[in-house]
Amino acid sequence: MAEQTGTTSEQIPTVVADRVDIVYRVNGTGAGRGTATAALNRILRRRQTEKAAGVRKVHAVRKVSFVAHKGEAIGLIGTNGSGKSTLLKAVAGLLPVENGRIYTDGQPSLLGVNAALMNDLTGERNVHLGGLAMGMSREQVKQRYQEIVDFSGINEKGDFITLPMRTYSSGMAARLRFSIAAAKDHDVLLIDEALATGDRSFRHRSEARIRELRKHAGTVFLVSHNNKSIRDTCERVLWLERGELRMDGATEDVLKEYEAFTGDKSDKPARKPARKAAPKPPAATP
Amino acid sequence: MTDGDPSGPATAGRTPLPRAKAADVSQVLHTPPPTQVPAEDDLAALAARHGLSVSGARPSLPAYVRALWARRHFITAFATAKLTAQYSQAKLGQVWQVMTPLLNAAVYYFIFGVLLGTKHNVPDYVPFLVTGVFIWTFTQSSIMAGTRAIAGNLGLVRALHFPRAALPISFALQQLQQLLFSMAALVVILLCFGVPVAASWVLAIPALVLQFTFNAGVSMVMARMGAKTPDIAQLMPFVLRTWMYVSGVMWSIDKIDKNDHLPHIVKLLLELNPAAVYIDLMRFALIDSFHTLPPHVWAVATGWALLAGVGGFIYFWKAEETYGRG
Repeated sequence: MAEQTGTTSEQIPTVVADRVDIVYRVNGTGAGRGTATAALNRILRRRQTEKAAGVRKVHAVRKVSFVAHKGEAIGLIGTNGSGKSTLLKAVAGLLPVENGRIYTDGQPSLLGVNAALMNDLTGERNVHLGGLAMGMSREQVKQRYQEIVDFSGINEKGDFITLPMRTYSSGMAARLRFSIAAAKDHDVLLIDEALATGDRSFRHRSEARIRELRKHAGTVFLVSHNNKSIRDTCERVLWLERGELRMDGATEDVLKEYEAFTGDKSDKPARKPARKAAPKPPAATP
Repeated sequence: MTDGDPSGPATAGRTPLPRAKAADVSQVLHTPPPTQVPAEDDLAALAARHGLSVSGARPSLPAYVRALWARRHFITAFATAKLTAQYSQAKLGQVWQVMTPLLNAAVYYFIFGVLLGTKHNVPDYVPFLVTGVFIWTFTQSSIMAGTRAIAGNLGLVRALHFPRAALPISFALQQLQQLLFSMAALVVILLCFGVPVAASWVLAIPALVLQFTFNAGVSMVMARMGAKTPDIAQLMPFVLRTWMYVSGVMWSIDKIDKNDHLPHIVKLLLELNPAAVYIDLMRFALIDSFHTLPPHVWAVATGWALLAGVGGFIYFWKAEETYGRG
């Protein structure tokens, strides 16, 4: 990021995170652990700190700043619970930030429609509902319908699209969900471990679809625990650990450090990185 | 941050240097080198220079209305989907759409009509009661669903981007669709009990439009409150039941009005009660023998609809950017 100060005239930023803090508040924790007396106590003694009141603050993302540019594909890595998905949701404008600001070009969209779908409805109705939920028009949904169904391969083994989604196997449901979500083109696309769904042939198809989406999208963020898919897709990686941005740089550099940190790749002797004056610039971007 | 913390990641899993401790790392990261992160002004200026907008910021009211209008098909599709999904596991399926309100009316008829004998004071008691129950249920379930509209759909709110007002409105619409099923049953009941078809039945349409606007408005108010304090969902059934008993669902407010013991203010409040107003309007429209409307009832009905609809919408919009916080 440091070297970009000089090149701002060429690179167009699409997402700017300015010292972002994200805090979750959870009710009914703390000393009383959600017992009735603790809850009463909380109400009666209004004037006390949030912590004493049994509201626990979870500081999920701390002071993260970065600038993403048009045409970049950025991977987000980190161990479980390090704040990757939370940061992604904040970029999408779905979670309010506590401090700082996130600026975006257009409306970033999270790839995923799971929450809008209903298990009791047929796959067919869910395709319509999911499309509309993502902001497609009725005509667009109608146009894309066949494409979505064909892509999901739900009908390969019979007419399953007219059955309720609760009758699908988990793999089938995941395929349909991905197919619906991937049917729309986005300016800034945020993908949260969506690559690992379905069987092998479907995974190939979905990876191809994501590459296609990337071509149309201005910027792609990918959250994944699969270092291979990060290597395949991204040229720049942000490493979050405990909500803090630990590293930001070219994929190979960051992944090497990350793999050493997580003990991946059979205890490869973690070399101490040379104290470079300037890190390697990220892979050339258009 | 390639050079921000050179020692941290590399040392982990090796010699347990104190520096590798996470707490220590966070300390290091709290003060990133100045070259790494441009100053606050830089980032804000950079964003401004390229015309980026703040993510998750509340849009202006006109923009919000436009966005909501653009999602109208989603609102209707979501309402219909919820309605259909409701009984999809039951053997009788969609028959329950009509059965549930009828059974409700039967229970109230048994208690108030047969056991308490309210029916002797009211002509056409069964149509009177059933209309009251159905119209009240519409308001009641809209408000209940509205209270849980955001709190109960956090997954949706946190996954997709759309004007959040779509949720309470969609739930109110679902209840309206439910009511239309009930109204079909109501027409059959009316005809069975010998209430003649009349031109005044057309008045049911403006009455429903006004009531829907009122319901949607109150739903939006409750949705915002319920999103902040989920406990309200536990409290609402009691509030709503009290409201039902004072709204003249099973008895005639008209009869109470003739009671001279009541102070004037109580009578006025009973008459201005929006639920009672909408119930009365529907009874007036549908039931031939019911022709005692309080004065200015249409004005009151319109006033409540506008107040709740516009006020509720603005109140809901004011907190748009906060929905979705755990």
